Amino acid sequence: MSSYRGNRINPQRFEKGQIKILLVLIPLAIFFGLPIVFLICHAFKPMDELFAYPPKFYVVRPTLDNFGKLLKASSTSGIPISRYVFNSVIVSAIVIVASVIFATMSGFALSKLKFRGKNTILEINNAALMFVPVAVMIPRYLIVDILGLKDTYLAHILPIIALPVGLFLVKQFIDQIPDSLIEAAYIDGAGEFRIYWKIILPLIRPAIATCAILAFQQVWTNVETSNLYIDNDGMKTLPFYLNTFISLNNNNVAGQGIAAAGALLLFLPNFLMFLVLRKSFMNTMANSGLK
Amino acid sequence: MATIQQTRGKTLIAKRENSNRKAYVFLLPYLLLFTAFIVIPMIVAIGLSFTSFDTIQTPTFSGFMNYVTLFTKDQVFMQKVLPNTIVYALIVGPGGYLLSFLVAWALAQLEPISRTILTVIFYSPSITGLTAMTVLWKVIFSGDQMGYLNSILMKIGVIDEPILWLIDVRYLLPIMIIVALWSSMGVGFLAMLAGILNADESLYEAAAIDGVKNRFQEMIYITIPTMKPQMLFGAVMAIVSTFQNGAIGVQLAGSNPTPQYAGQLIVNHIEDYGFIRYEMGYAAAVSVILLAIVWIFSKIFGKLFSSKDL
Repeated sequence: MSSYRGNRINPQRFEKGQIKILLVLIPLAIFFGLPIVFLICHAFKPMDELFAYPPKFYVVRPTLDNFGKLLKASSTSGIPISRYVFNSVIVSAIVIVASVIFATMSGFALSKLKFRGKNTILEINNAALMFVPVAVMIPRYLIVDILGLKDTYLAHILPIIALPVGLFLVKQFIDQIPDSLIEAAYIDGAGEFRIYWKIILPLIRPAIATCAILAFQQVWTNVETSNLYIDNDGMKTLPFYLNTFISLNNNNVAGQGIAAAGALLLFLPNFLMFLVLRKSFMNTMANSGLK
Repeated sequence: MATIQQTRGKTLIAKRENSNRKAYVFLLPYLLLFTAFIVIPMIVAIGLSFTSFDTIQTPTFSGFMNYVTLFTKDQVFMQKVLPNTIVYALIVGPGGYLLSFLVAWALAQLEPISRTILTVIFYSPSITGLTAMTVLWKVIFSGDQMGYLNSILMKIGVIDEPILWLIDVRYLLPIMIIVALWSSMGVGFLAMLAGILNADESLYEAAAIDGVKNRFQEMIYITIPTMKPQMLFGAVMAIVSTFQNGAIGVQLAGSNPTPQYAGQLIVNHIEDYGFIRYEMGYAAAVSVILLAIVWIFSKIFGKLFSSKDL
């Protein structure tokens, strides 16, 4: 027998063999992690540290000045930043809820119900996994225009709700639920809606969390809907506001600190949501195979 | 009694076997939005690409004119946009994908605590979003001596004068590639990690007995074949994020078109013609080319990781 033991995937304990791997991964992790640490530091730097030469990586005396200025800067432009935050929160909340409900309903139908055209729909949705939204920004713009959605909240919401990846992952997850459970419920007299609500939804919480994370990632940082579909400044969202702020304060050191504070506002909710729901996310990803 | 109930249950199910109309009710909301904002836009893009359309007058049919112009007269497209896109996509797509797989594979061999911490670190750049990404990298690559990279390079004596990283035509594309690679470890990366972690452990034991000698043989002969479906999913996600992040050049340089079109990718060309020059028909033709490129990439990966021959 060879001296190689095999089965080193997913070890539960630290072993010497892992040191080699850590030696490779940690420097790489520094390249991936440092820019974000830097962004956080930059957002909390006081004016003199922003202007310090040579520029310093870490923040010495953290302050909330940049966040304060971010608030004031927006009031001078007429519309307070709270308005953009409000728009973003409302739009994101609706997109997440609608996305999860529609994806789980469709996932249930595609996984557990039998009907004509099922395979076709599945195949089309799988093909749409490779859909690149920016490629069709022009036709999308025309459709939003024709449907009369321009300058309404719906223009932020409707184009983003259908998320092929979300449906795909939810459907894969529902596939794991044994058919016998559904059959038993039928025998007990439950209809499809009851089964969806009482059996499927409680069993697929990890997939729901995953779908919510993915939907939130799509909507929270989206600049396109504000850029293209909304002319009324009061209805645009936070990422749009920050984007304009950045392009106006292009090479301005003081502006950089404020922009970093804004960027942090965009990044943190996404990051925290992932951190909290990480286990559910990984659990769903295990079923992500594409055949 | 029990058997009678069972048979009754079975006939009920049999009714639902063939065509359960309620399924359409469940599917309706998703399908409506899916059709309106994904399927129809793709069809409209193809349709518009054969027209001349300035958003004010009705589109007029122009045959293959847009495509002919694109490939024969549009010097910017043929000399800058297409080569840039190919270089960018060939490095960021397969590069980011390979990186995701190798890191996932290495992470799977760590104990849970360090694995979790490192996974979060590798994943987080992919969720920063274009805006935050721009803020961050603009500060690092800032063109004066206050720029972090300039400051470091000047300190260690590599350069004497600050370099205008984001405006210099030599550096913009490489910087875009670095930034895109940095943010490439997203959903596909997590899917592959989950796929490796969920592999059947007995396979690895059996392989060790059968003479697999090291981790690399293990990876080639067991890990990859057993997780082909996740590999394919990861590949599709890598392709999508590669093209979706294509706008990064315009964001970093702060203008569309980018200086001397140095960082111009297909995505920016679409925006340039569609929303700056309002030549929607022409922009639609560029969109169709982009969709075709994405499709070809996906087909290649589909062939590579098809699990139908297993």
